[in-house]
Amino acid sequence: MVDAHPSHEPVAPALVEVSGLSLPAAITHLPRPDPYLNVEDYEPEADAMALNMGPQHPSTHGVLRLKLFLDGEICFKAVPYVGYLHRGVEKLLENRTAIQSVPYVDKNDYVSPLTGELALVMAYEALLDVEPPPRAQVLRTILMELQRIASHHLWLGTFCLDMGGALGGGSSVFLYNFRERELILDLLEALTGQRMHYNALMVGGNRHDVPPGWEEKVLATMDRVEDRLAEYEAMTVDNHIFRSRTVGVGVLDPLLALEAGAGGANLRASGVDHDLRRDAPYAAYGQVDVRIPVETAGDCYARFLVRIAEMREAIRIVRLLVSGIPEGPIGALKPPRHVNAVKLPPGEVYVGIESPRGELGTYLISDGSPIPVRVKIRPPSLHAVSLLPYLCVGATVSDIVVILGSLDPILGEVDR
Amino acid sequence: MSRVLDALRMIWEIGWLRGLVVGFVTLTVVMLIAAFTIWFERKWSGRMQNRPGPTERGYGGWLQIFADFFKLLQKENLTPTATDRRLFDFVPPIVVFVVLSSLAVVPYVPQGPAADASVGVLLALAISSLMVFPVWAAGWSSNNKWALLGAMRAVAQSISYEIPLVLSALVPVILAGSFRLTEIVGAQADWHWFAFWPPGPGLAAFVLFYLSSLAEANRIPFDIPEAESELVAGATTEYGGMKFGMFYLGEYVHTFVASSLAALLFFGGWEGPGPDGLHWMLAKALILTASVIHVRWTLVRYRSDQLLRLCWTYFVPAALVLVFAAGLWRILAGGLA
Repeated sequence: MVDAHPSHEPVAPALVEVSGLSLPAAITHLPRPDPYLNVEDYEPEADAMALNMGPQHPSTHGVLRLKLFLDGEICFKAVPYVGYLHRGVEKLLENRTAIQSVPYVDKNDYVSPLTGELALVMAYEALLDVEPPPRAQVLRTILMELQRIASHHLWLGTFCLDMGGALGGGSSVFLYNFRERELILDLLEALTGQRMHYNALMVGGNRHDVPPGWEEKVLATMDRVEDRLAEYEAMTVDNHIFRSRTVGVGVLDPLLALEAGAGGANLRASGVDHDLRRDAPYAAYGQVDVRIPVETAGDCYARFLVRIAEMREAIRIVRLLVSGIPEGPIGALKPPRHVNAVKLPPGEVYVGIESPRGELGTYLISDGSPIPVRVKIRPPSLHAVSLLPYLCVGATVSDIVVILGSLDPILGEVDR
Repeated sequence: MSRVLDALRMIWEIGWLRGLVVGFVTLTVVMLIAAFTIWFERKWSGRMQNRPGPTERGYGGWLQIFADFFKLLQKENLTPTATDRRLFDFVPPIVVFVVLSSLAVVPYVPQGPAADASVGVLLALAISSLMVFPVWAAGWSSNNKWALLGAMRAVAQSISYEIPLVLSALVPVILAGSFRLTEIVGAQADWHWFAFWPPGPGLAAFVLFYLSSLAEANRIPFDIPEAESELVAGATTEYGGMKFGMFYLGEYVHTFVASSLAALLFFGGWEGPGPDGLHWMLAKALILTASVIHVRWTLVRYRSDQLLRLCWTYFVPAALVLVFAAGLWRILAGGLA
């Protein structure tokens, strides 16, 4: 059977210096497969089988299509095709004013809509040079961390579902995770009135102030979520089958991750200590000491460990902030009388935030009219999907499902 | 009234007619048990996952399985054009035939309708291992790559796990000194169930037998041939309607028969406190079936290469050691007696 991967043990791994970064030596400079391999050049070409995984497949997390070239059950070439969920969101935003735009970005990363809203709203705020009041900043930070917990819960559930099947143990973990996600959605519903597409933020502040007693509810929910997190760890961390499916599977070279622009847990599991919440603080992240979990094994298990640690850290941040929400207004701007009331100054701006999946950026160009000339969204999931041609080679079909799940791509965000 | 009874007695005295009636009743009962196993599984997995399971049709949803059955019957008989049509249509009845025919040699009562064959253990295992053929034929005739992958995995897995399955079944055979299932049960009289006596090899052999039959019946954590998150539905991907229903029913009957066999080999069959009989046999088989269901909804699955490695590096050597230990016990105990 598969032994414990040595770098999961609490010993300091050997490091190697690459262009100013200390990266774990064991997984840096791994041999890279050729993603543009000509299938005819493949040696036992007669045995090759092309297999279309998706767009209708239970484990492609929506409508990703992976074209796999298999030798037996081992993949020697994988080509991801994206765009099945393309809605033209960027073009829609180029025809909307700031206040009209927010509901559209909710649908990009539908597992974590609030981060999408924040990335857009912060870009407009940077362009307009508006600073939200402290109360709004702290509330936004709490919302982002609640959203991170909910998003990671859904990820853990679907990850186990990929491993264990819709009719089996995987679906048990999946449904347990929805139990906690529901608790957090209850909190967000109490604040915003919605459970999925919140439309909670606006340029210059938040749309909703906290209802009475919300802080106590948040603290009680955090206690419960933290208790249950220990249950998930008991179910997964030392489970033999779970470990043998994830340890050493889909090892991601940190250099490859950096080149591909991967972010979030995918990057941090490969030993790159990078998180915008600490490195370029936004909202109220400057007021808290954000601790960034980093793993050095780079495999699916390391990505799992990083996400679990991130959930604990998010609970800690929420607890720190929710007991001291400053008093004051929740918006810096007066509500506009009509949608075209806010004129954007000419210029261009890029704002990146740390979504649960990595760096989520918005790039805006304005020519001085109320609507922007160009909106570009940088989705972290797209960069995660771009790793698949490298990670899938040499893996079996079973592993590919797990690797894809561990990268946590959201196809709504990939295709926009 | 007495005329009807006379007619029934006449039927009973004609051997082949009696066989027909008894066979019909047995198969109906077993299929009903399989149907209620499905209902039980849905309720039980629901309780495990904080949801109620079926609730609408009948008290506690117990009629749901019949609703599903009639729904499957009404479905269009869909056969994709690229399939090998004759083989494709031929496979589902074969599945049901194979799983039900192993009942012919699995006795549920001491003087039962089942044939008490002198090689009953071998015959039951041989018949259930025939399942490999319809599964492979289903995967091949579907002309679908997912089905083909599932079928290839199923063949590799079933053939590999047959070896520890048969070897672990040999342990009670050696201990009892007979291949006859009734004699194996007889040897376990007075609470000398082979799972607990002799202490050690019997229990280990039961664990091996249980796990191997999970693999043989393609149940989690060994359900790699189906693996719906990877292979959509494995060998049965292209099957719909009642053709799929036959595979589905076959899976549950297979589980129940394997549990019955385990109860006979390791848990004393119809022996138990109070009067012996069918009720103990059914209770043991159903408890084992329930444990299979519980395991299914608890664990995630192995990868196929890990599964085969598990078989060849752990199960087969362990089974050989157990066979040796059972033989040693037999010699020593025989020498003492």
